[in-house]
Amino acid sequence: MNGNESTHSAHIIPLSVYLTIASILLFLTFVTVWVASINFGAYNLVIAMFIAAVKASLVALFFMHLKYDNKVYMIILLISIIFLAIFITFTMLDTLQRGAIYDQKAGQIRESATMYDTVNADSALVGDSANIVDSTSMSGK
Amino acid sequence: MSTATATNYLNEAKGWKSWLLTQDHKRIGIMYLAGIFFFFLVGGLLALIIRWELFTPAKDIMEADTYNRFFTLHGAIMIFLFIIPSIPAALGNFVLPLMLGAKDVAFPRLNLASWYLYVIGALFALYSIISGAADTGWTFYTPYSTSTSGSVVAIAVGVFILGFSSIFTGLNFIATIHKLRAPGMTWFKMPLFVWGLYATAIIQVLATPVLGITVVLLILERMVHIGIFDPAMGGDPVLFQHFFWFYSHPAVYIMILPGMGIISEVIATFSHKRIFGYKAIAYSSLGIAFMSFLVWGHHMFVSGQSELASLIFSFLTFFVGIPSGIKVFNWVATMYKGQISLKVPMLYAISFLILFSIGGLTGIFLGAVSVDVHLHDTYFIVAHFHYTMMGGTVIAFLAGLHFWWPKLWGRIYNETWAVVSCLMIFIGFNVTFLSQFIMGAQGMPRRYYTYPEEFQRLHGFSSVGSLILGAGFLIMTIYLLHSIFRGKKVGRNPWQSLTMEWEAESPPITHNFDKDMVLEHGPYDYDIVDAKYTEEGTL
Ligand SMILES: [Cu+2]
Repeated sequence: MNGNESTHSAHIIPLSVYLTIASILLFLTFVTVWVASINFGAYNLVIAMFIAAVKASLVALFFMHLKYDNKVYMIILLISIIFLAIFITFTMLDTLQRGAIYDQKAGQIRESATMYDTVNADSALVGDSANIVDSTSMSGK
Repeated sequence: MSTATATNYLNEAKGWKSWLLTQDHKRIGIMYLAGIFFFFLVGGLLALIIRWELFTPAKDIMEADTYNRFFTLHGAIMIFLFIIPSIPAALGNFVLPLMLGAKDVAFPRLNLASWYLYVIGALFALYSIISGAADTGWTFYTPYSTSTSGSVVAIAVGVFILGFSSIFTGLNFIATIHKLRAPGMTWFKMPLFVWGLYATAIIQVLATPVLGITVVLLILERMVHIGIFDPAMGGDPVLFQHFFWFYSHPAVYIMILPGMGIISEVIATFSHKRIFGYKAIAYSSLGIAFMSFLVWGHHMFVSGQSELASLIFSFLTFFVGIPSGIKVFNWVATMYKGQISLKVPMLYAISFLILFSIGGLTGIFLGAVSVDVHLHDTYFIVAHFHYTMMGGTVIAFLAGLHFWWPKLWGRIYNETWAVVSCLMIFIGFNVTFLSQFIMGAQGMPRRYYTYPEEFQRLHGFSSVGSLILGAGFLIMTIYLLHSIFRGKKVGRNPWQSLTMEWEAESPPITHNFDKDMVLEHGPYDYDIVDAKYTEEGTL
């Protein structure tokens, strides 16, 4: 328990650090707005997300004391982010690559979208199961 | 032998309040046990009714729509209300603090809260049954689940709540294992069941929130059409499968890892021998836990998933075979030259080795994309899944149940009947599911109410197997219930096992031990302890 107890006694951060971080955050906010007015094409999202990630890290590290706390919390946060990254990366390996071999596979799902066509908008919840799209090819393992 | 014990956790407090408000991990474990037995009965009866319907290709006892609801309920109940809580929440709850030499789990109130969440989740599931029942299969795939008339929302809410029950248990176990080990019990002196529970708890905490998100998205899609899974609104139905399997593949390890832990305990105890490759078994549990997050796409080879993703998922899936293989090898090596006694728990453990190996190896067939394309959604999958989940987890659960039963009640069941029932379950299980491998390979699709004439013989064979299986469980119910009141009394350590739970009274006192526990020998130091006893001449 010793390790934990010492981290419970609040680590006092000087006001100047808070003010510095706050001004960096403010500055980055202006950068976000400024960057949004320039078109980087495909990199728009990447740049916006990068700035957002830097800001979020600053908040977590200083305002939320992650930098000074028991390292276990840092590890837990990083593991969570890694797992989220795994989920998103692998899923994008699917969604972005569907047309890699057969072009028509990329657009297939979208073009045959009939999900709600057969069901009345107002009776969607009590739709007759007989007139719903065939789902046998969709059932799972 | 110790003198007659006056009080224990069962008789110290009386009345229903003393149970429903208890914070004693042992009583909560027993209450979980009652819950999962109830749902095992419900799920099992549903299975028997399904097999009855499938006895002939014609309509025997129910409509096709009813059939869809029955197999959905069978799957959802068995997975979410029986298998997932069975070993960790019921047996683990009872045994974990005892194994660590602790007085209770780290957060007793959270423990009770998790049981109440289990009950509330179960009530939602029951409500969904009376309000029409879902007919989507336990996987709730979109787009069908967002448009069917079945009551998907109620059962989805139930699953959401059950997920939190599972997370609470996982959190509690992680904290307990980190903080409440007896002095001297280092990480590598923990019993392997504890390692299994630890790896399980990590997956429960990491993966279950994704299940929560998935069912919330499903409910929102169904009720207010947010469009995340609807292609007409820019969504993607296959995305649901990604969400679902990101939880549900690791979830099969939530189901199997604690079972593997039980097998390690049982095989070491009844071989009366140091377990072979302790560290390899412990690390392979963590290895399985980690790898389980990287293979979910193997459920989606025919979903329209990109070839690149399928290839990577298939490749990674083969790696899961390695840690499982290490474990099976180590168990067999532990038995080699051991003093094997074929008591009932050991019979179940040996059944596990056989059945789980079949289940695991057929999983490798299914991990290969080209083979899976042919076998997907056939009875081959059904058979594979039941060999791992029933032949694996349920059999391991039964091994653990028979192993710790004397500790739970201070009394033991009738050995002869237990052996008879074990054999019936083993035979009945193989008759039921081996035939399904053959049917699947011949192209019999799963989830169908009827089938071509040529499958009649194998389906009939399978249905007869399920009756043998059912009869085996009936016998078990009788002798277990009988033993609670009339069974032969046992002492602290009927199996001469070296793990700490056997140093407590049977049944244990409310605070588990009559002294502060210190680790005196490792959990598998049979050679050292035996040598000491022979020296002292008091074997
Ligand atoms: Cu899987």
